[in-house]
Amino acid sequence: MNAERLRRVGKAALLLAALAAPIVAPNEYVVSVLARVCLYAMLALGLNIVVGFAGLLDIGYVAFFGIGSYVYAFLASTHFGIHLPTLLILPVIIGVAAIAGIVIGGPTLRLRGDYLAIVTLGFGEITYLLLLNLDRPIDITGGPNGIISIDPPSLLGLVASRNVHYYYLFLAVLLLVLLIAVRLRDSQIGWAWQAIREDELAAEAMGVNTTVAKLQAFVIGASFAGVAGGLLASWQRSVFPDNFLLQESINILAMVILGGMGNVLGVILGAGIIVVLPEAFRELALYRLLAFGLLLMVLMIFRPQGLWPARSAGRGRKYLDGAASAGTPAPGPSTPTR
Amino acid sequence: MDLLAMLPQQLLFGIALGTVYGLVALGYSMVYGVLMMINFAHGEVFMIGAYIGWGVLALLQNAHVGGLNPVWVLPLLLLPAMLLCGGLGMFLERVAYRPLYRRGATRLAPLISAVGASIFLQNAVMLTQGARMKVYMTHLLFPADWRFELLGVSVSYLIVVMIAVASAMMWGLHLLVQHTSLGRCIRAVAEDREIAQVMGVNVGLVVGMTFFLGSALAGAAGVLVGLYYTQIDFLMGYSAGLKAFTAAVLGGIGNIRGAMLGGLLLGLIESLSVTFINPAFKDVIAFLVLIGMLVFRPEGLLGERLADWRKV
Repeated sequence: MNAERLRRVGKAALLLAALAAPIVAPNEYVVSVLARVCLYAMLALGLNIVVGFAGLLDIGYVAFFGIGSYVYAFLASTHFGIHLPTLLILPVIIGVAAIAGIVIGGPTLRLRGDYLAIVTLGFGEITYLLLLNLDRPIDITGGPNGIISIDPPSLLGLVASRNVHYYYLFLAVLLLVLLIAVRLRDSQIGWAWQAIREDELAAEAMGVNTTVAKLQAFVIGASFAGVAGGLLASWQRSVFPDNFLLQESINILAMVILGGMGNVLGVILGAGIIVVLPEAFRELALYRLLAFGLLLMVLMIFRPQGLWPARSAGRGRKYLDGAASAGTPAPGPSTPTR
Repeated sequence: MDLLAMLPQQLLFGIALGTVYGLVALGYSMVYGVLMMINFAHGEVFMIGAYIGWGVLALLQNAHVGGLNPVWVLPLLLLPAMLLCGGLGMFLERVAYRPLYRRGATRLAPLISAVGASIFLQNAVMLTQGARMKVYMTHLLFPADWRFELLGVSVSYLIVVMIAVASAMMWGLHLLVQHTSLGRCIRAVAEDREIAQVMGVNVGLVVGMTFFLGSALAGAAGVLVGLYYTQIDFLMGYSAGLKAFTAAVLGGIGNIRGAMLGGLLLGLIESLSVTFINPAFKDVIAFLVLIGMLVFRPEGLLGERLADWRKV
């Protein structure tokens, strides 16, 4: 009971700190970094649904982020001369991202982990190449020049203009996304995802409709990224294909893995670390990726469950390690263990 | 009409490109065969091979060695690249993958570790060699006018050498895998690692040798591609690796002949889509082929051994 109360107090304190952060923040720059943390935390939560909950490795996740951004840019900029209000665009973004999730998720359902990873990688690359090249013969995406002069988000006549506004907007959406993620995790869908992650064959035998459940994971993860993408476009006031390189997918994946796959607060922590660390070590920016690659390897060898793993004992570890951590001798990959 | 006249020339480029893709694809295929994992860092090994070849060529040029002749210079470029890349592959296996599969980690961990290794190698090369592209002094070895006409197609000797070297290496690998005891061990480990171990095969050594062979071929491919395109940079491994992986999947991953066939096909698809569709979309088409293949025939064209997901 006490531990539960402590946890609750801790969460309330975290929320208060998040609300007060821009007030105590020394300057505009810190606020913008905090806003970025919120934005990436949304992405990490979305990818966590696909990778952490359902165990489907998606390395092209940034495609949905890009699609969301460009949909916002199409519907709220001088590019096509359309200026829709933000509240009208968000459902469109969610719809488009969900359809993209079905398009990408649909054909990949039959594939195993590593094949799935490659197909999603391919889709991510295709999305980037299309964003880059669809400026001729008809100009759709603006090509490498991207789309500029995008409208800021507006809500009931209030228009965001300063970083503080964006911070609170992102924080609000993040909390909503967090709530949805937690509710999903504890719902029937969430249980189905976790069953698939632990053992797809067993899940199927127990009556889980794996096809539907996997598609749900893809679609929901995609819509989270789509919304985050729309927010990014409205904040940057411009979008370019280079915002959506593979590197970005890997960054988001690293947030999920570093923080602790499957744990919603863990992946938010991961997002915070991955966004803030490079800002803190700007002068070492060149070595950032080098250290990052090394970190991924070291983490997989020594702490595959992440910094703050899911609460149920060793959930992440078991997932990454197969049967090894359950105390049974490690089976080779080519041994039929099931 | 004009396009049709370009066809034979494009086919030749496609074959040259395809044999090189095939060389890189072999590394993916062999590693997948023994470990059932995708060695994401393989493209980076290829890139490092290209840098080693460039470095040796630059050394020779700076030392003012006269009479640079491909007959002795080419082996001088290929050998260090192959040995060093092979060693690098073995090292990667030892530090980044072996601790994982030893523990029995089967699904995500080795893949993520490989992604980490790939990022690390890319940036290590960028930091030590600079981000700007390097230029291969190909013209020192193969002057631009070293070419002949064949059926109306202008063929440079460089392309002939490329195709010949790549084919010879593939043939050599084929012989090694089929007719030596090391090859028999590799096949045994690919068939069933545990049984092979029980039968007295030194699995760790065989896996290491598999990485050595695959990485050495990738290093050679890096030198050939460097000579052919004359420009290399630290990011070249990424897309080449992805293409080569596509080739491996196309032919049937884990299958050596499949990797060669897949490489050739992919090279042809790429050069034809440049000619007939749109150069900007050549990678889109390559990826669509990959996705279509994985979705509709994941065992590949020649795939005998469909990796059964139930076994993982």
